[in-house]
Amino acid sequence: MRTKIEVRDLQKSFSSDRGRLPVIENVSFSVGDGEFVAIVGPSGCGKSTLLNVLAGFIRPDAGLVAVDGKPRSKPDPKGILISQQGSVFPWLTVRENLKFGLNGSAQADHSQLADHYAAIVGLQGFEDSYPYELSGGMLKRAELARALVVKPEILYMDEPFSALDALMSLRVRNELLRILRTERHTVILVTHDVEEAIHLADRIHVLSARPTRIQATFEVPFAHPRRLSSPQAQQLRIAILSELGVELDERG
Amino acid sequence: MQRLKDLLPAVAVLAVLIGAWWLAVRGTHSVIFPTPWDVVTGTVQLIRDGSLWRHIGASLLRVASGFGLAVCVAVPLGLWMGWVGGAYRMLNPLFQILRPISPIAWIPIAILWFGVGDASPIFLIFISSVFPMIVQTVVGVHTIEKRYLRAAENFGVSHRTLFMRVVIPAVLPQILVGMRIGLGVAWLVVVAAEMIALHSGLGYMIMDSRNAGNRYDLVVAGMIIIGLIGLLLDGFMRMLEGVPWVRWRYAH
Repeated sequence: MRTKIEVRDLQKSFSSDRGRLPVIENVSFSVGDGEFVAIVGPSGCGKSTLLNVLAGFIRPDAGLVAVDGKPRSKPDPKGILISQQGSVFPWLTVRENLKFGLNGSAQADHSQLADHYAAIVGLQGFEDSYPYELSGGMLKRAELARALVVKPEILYMDEPFSALDALMSLRVRNELLRILRTERHTVILVTHDVEEAIHLADRIHVLSARPTRIQATFEVPFAHPRRLSSPQAQQLRIAILSELGVELDERG
Repeated sequence: MQRLKDLLPAVAVLAVLIGAWWLAVRGTHSVIFPTPWDVVTGTVQLIRDGSLWRHIGASLLRVASGFGLAVCVAVPLGLWMGWVGGAYRMLNPLFQILRPISPIAWIPIAILWFGVGDASPIFLIFISSVFPMIVQTVVGVHTIEKRYLRAAENFGVSHRTLFMRVVIPAVLPQILVGMRIGLGVAWLVVVAAEMIALHSGLGYMIMDSRNAGNRYDLVVAGMIIIGLIGLLLDGFMRMLEGVPWVRWRYAH
């Protein structure tokens, strides 16, 4: 597999009232083209900061992020960040939101393309709705569709499902897997939800507490669709949780 | 029926007030202060000879000119100051000094510069309504949520798209708040401005009624009409909060 993203010796600290606060100690990994990598870690460990560095929104103090071998230092439509709070523009309709990213691109018919992607995420019939008329799950789908419509090579997802209830989260996750089967994006997902990571990812990096570094790495060798209740999946879950400092007995 | 019930307490207060007024005038045998009925007959007289419409029209025209001019200046200036840090640092201190100066204090200068014609009150209305609208527009730009700007940056859109599709729609509700404040102040000021030396307008009508034979029935009639028109203007601005471009801000 060709290397899509190369992360080498990344370091980042923020200055605070009490001096420098190191957030990322030293992180290196690489992501193959079309691979789905999840990054899990305790809350406040710097996962979001790491993802923002990867997406080009925050400059690292040291180290390198390279996409296709070229250093990445600023945001780019080839890699779209989907944040926890969501950023679907509330003053635009679903269709206008989807067309937003296409503005200036050479695509012939923006509306048609926008409606196509609205349909892919199951928002048919809601193209003219405003975000405040949508439920939380539909809003997430709109956000996903807006990212997909510009055909990004990479999706950076920052706890995208954490604001949804368990059932809706599962639905949108399945939706995402279904789309990824045909569109083949490279995905980096940051989450605190171990089950979610096992459900979606090919590989899981476990981060340490702040200042963060990669503490352990797990391959997820299960074929899709995955059954999270299978003994192997449960074993993996227990192993990852134990890396995070949560000990469960075998039935946990 | 329910709306009628909601209005009942307010109507009751008004009725009690008018009753007390009537009793007080009767009780003190005042020769100058009018009874409520005097005010009604005075108003009817003003309507009959057509002077009421003339005065209302003159006042509204002055407000429309001064306020319209202020909107044309305040909105672009506020957007610029909000977006460009240098412009804000350069102009904000000046406006913060000018803003607390009462429009009444500008009257001598207005007369010096513009004489006693229509230009003086228009200038005073402009001066009084432009600052609150600048301030609100700047606040609007400064409070655009970062996640929306980041999303726009991520999609790599042009400056034009960023401004037309993100900044302006995001600020529009705040601009509307500023306009509501500005129009309220403008209506306050037009009456004061017209008291100086004009031959039309509700402010002139009030002063003229007093000077020409102590017609206090017309003075009070003028005051009540000013209040009612102010209420209508504010109601109109409130109605604007329902237009689709800003409804997202209030629909929660």
